[in-house]
Amino acid sequence: MVWRRVVSTLRHGPASLPAEPLDEAATRALAERLEAAAQRRLGRSLAIRQVDGGSCNGCELEIQMLNSIVYDLERFGLRFVASPRHADVLLVTGPVTRNMHEAVLRTYDATPDPKWVVAVGDCAIDGGVFKGSYAISGAVGTMLPVDLVVRGCPPSPAQLLNGLRALLEANAG
Amino acid sequence: MSRSADIIRTAPTEPCQPWPRHLLLGEEWRAMAASLGEAGGPALLALWADTVRVHALLHDSDGAWLVASTSVENGHYPALSPQRPSAAWFERMIRDLWGHDAEGGRDGRPWLEHGRWPVTAPLSTRPPARQSPTEPAEFLPVEGEDTHQIALGPVYAGIIEPGHFRLSALGETVVRLEIRLGWLHKGTLGLMHGKSPRAAARFAARLSGDSTVAHSLAFARAAEAAAGAEVPPRAVALRAVMAELERIANHLGDCGAIADDVAFPFLSARFCWHREAMLRAASVAFGHRLMMDAVVPGGVSTDIVPGGAEAILRALAALAEELPELVRTGDNFSSLADRMVGTGVVTPALVAAFAAGGFVGRASGRGFDARRTPGYAPYDRLTFAVPVLEAGDVDARVRIRLTELGESISLVRALLADLPEGSVAVPLPQATGEGIGWAEGFRGDIWHWLRLDGGQISAVFMRDPSWLQWPLLEAAVAGNTVADFPLCNKSFNCSSSGVDL
Ligand code: SF4
Repeated sequence: MVWRRVVSTLRHGPASLPAEPLDEAATRALAERLEAAAQRRLGRSLAIRQVDGGSCNGCELEIQMLNSIVYDLERFGLRFVASPRHADVLLVTGPVTRNMHEAVLRTYDATPDPKWVVAVGDCAIDGGVFKGSYAISGAVGTMLPVDLVVRGCPPSPAQLLNGLRALLEANAG
Repeated sequence: MSRSADIIRTAPTEPCQPWPRHLLLGEEWRAMAASLGEAGGPALLALWADTVRVHALLHDSDGAWLVASTSVENGHYPALSPQRPSAAWFERMIRDLWGHDAEGGRDGRPWLEHGRWPVTAPLSTRPPARQSPTEPAEFLPVEGEDTHQIALGPVYAGIIEPGHFRLSALGETVVRLEIRLGWLHKGTLGLMHGKSPRAAARFAARLSGDSTVAHSLAFARAAEAAAGAEVPPRAVALRAVMAELERIANHLGDCGAIADDVAFPFLSARFCWHREAMLRAASVAFGHRLMMDAVVPGGVSTDIVPGGAEAILRALAALAEELPELVRTGDNFSSLADRMVGTGVVTPALVAAFAAGGFVGRASGRGFDARRTPGYAPYDRLTFAVPVLEAGDVDARVRIRLTELGESISLVRALLADLPEGSVAVPLPQATGEGIGWAEGFRGDIWHWLRLDGGQISAVFMRDPSWLQWPLLEAAVAGNTVADFPLCNKSFNCSSSGVDL
């Protein structure tokens, strides 16, 4: 079965979906912001750890898509790792609930320097719709130094990729 | 008719659409609770509260839908959990949010309350400021030589929602799994108070992002029932198109994730490719990949754009063409069967006792589907099969979802072929009233209840299907190897945010 599939793929060419148009101006702006924030050079391969600080799981769904064959994150020298101890970048989602606050801080502390924090999604940027709730600690920026924000509710994989690519380019320096 | 249903029916009613809410005296509630343990008793679908009362939604064996309430006296009400273990998580949630104690409840440990909010009982009339730090809840003890514990979370290794799994294992075999949630509690119900249904819909849409359409739909239907609004036929059809697209996208994503877990990247790649194609079609047709905020009280926020139907049909055609081959490929590899068949079994008896819905229920013989019972438009005029299996293992849950993919493809095609003309929304009148709304999400039946006071929400509850499925995961994992735990978990894919509120 698989072999038949492989043969048909070879005959019909790659099964990729066309890339979504990216906002080039935004990419450049992000890259410039990052160059200032990230002076030290890490090398080409960035290890990313995703931390859910209280999201609705919408942001996670789109982050997961980066691993799919359509976006294939690893070709940019970016990969997700299982432990913060192996990570260079923390992707933090959610308005950061009071119940997750300590876990988010401990994950940050467990990540070796130098490290970058990316706040993903409107919730992570300013609490989003959950702003002002008794159960919310505050945006990611109120507890961690944020190097990059990716807007959207949720941001699309193309927007995420755009942000991460900017991070990579700034660090290849 | 069961005895509990009898007791509920004789109690006086308060208006609630579409079913009146029966107000039971403390003694009557106690008697109703006691008879819940009898054979043939009603299914308990939800238990929730407001500042002065506790409410339950039940489905009797004779098909009747019953809503029962009782007043909280001196901070107490008689517990349902001694007869119905599925009530235990609800009772813990009610105590943490409203401060009402379930008298005689099976489990008095905190649930959403982790000792970190500035107040306690945040949804009570006057939430008291926190006096002293709350002790973290104890885990259930496991005794025996050589048992060891594995603590997972709240930050797991993957890109998934936080929670805590405490596995007690004997060698490689799991003896007990205990699930602890509440990390994602965002105070959603509290934020909805005092808002118009239109403003509050944004919170329903973000209770569990993967079910954003289904939750928005159940919420909108509850608000429309309370306000007495009639939704235009075109909106009804478009809502169903969105709901089925959401089901397809989630089934594809989860089947892909399960294939990845059993080390079969080919299937994982193909399923995820189709998921992406589906999300892009949704984005073309409705302007958002997950269709967030597209379903609103009164109708839908945007009409389908010209060319949108074609984009959806193209994505569906590609999936319909490849799906049989993907299923066959899976069937031909014994390594897949080896991991999935007989793994993570939930018995039909347990599923029935918990009234678990969705593919978790349908893989274990419970053929419940809210599109059929109680049903709602436009499904009453559409034909579709609801697959049911008995095995209750990972394999059965995957097979149910693969079959549902085909059904949903046909449903979307039928709906798009016959879209009614006309407007896509009506304004909601500024009403006072109470309503219940439901929808069948990809995970199962979703229930929303709300009360409107002069057009503003004065009380609300949203019940995600996961409330009745998470506890069964604890049962499914027992006796399996630790290495199969992630697979069992993915085959359930319960929502944390959905129950953390
Ligand atoms: S930004 Fe939107 S999608 Fe992301 S967690 Fe918040 S509500 Fe969910």
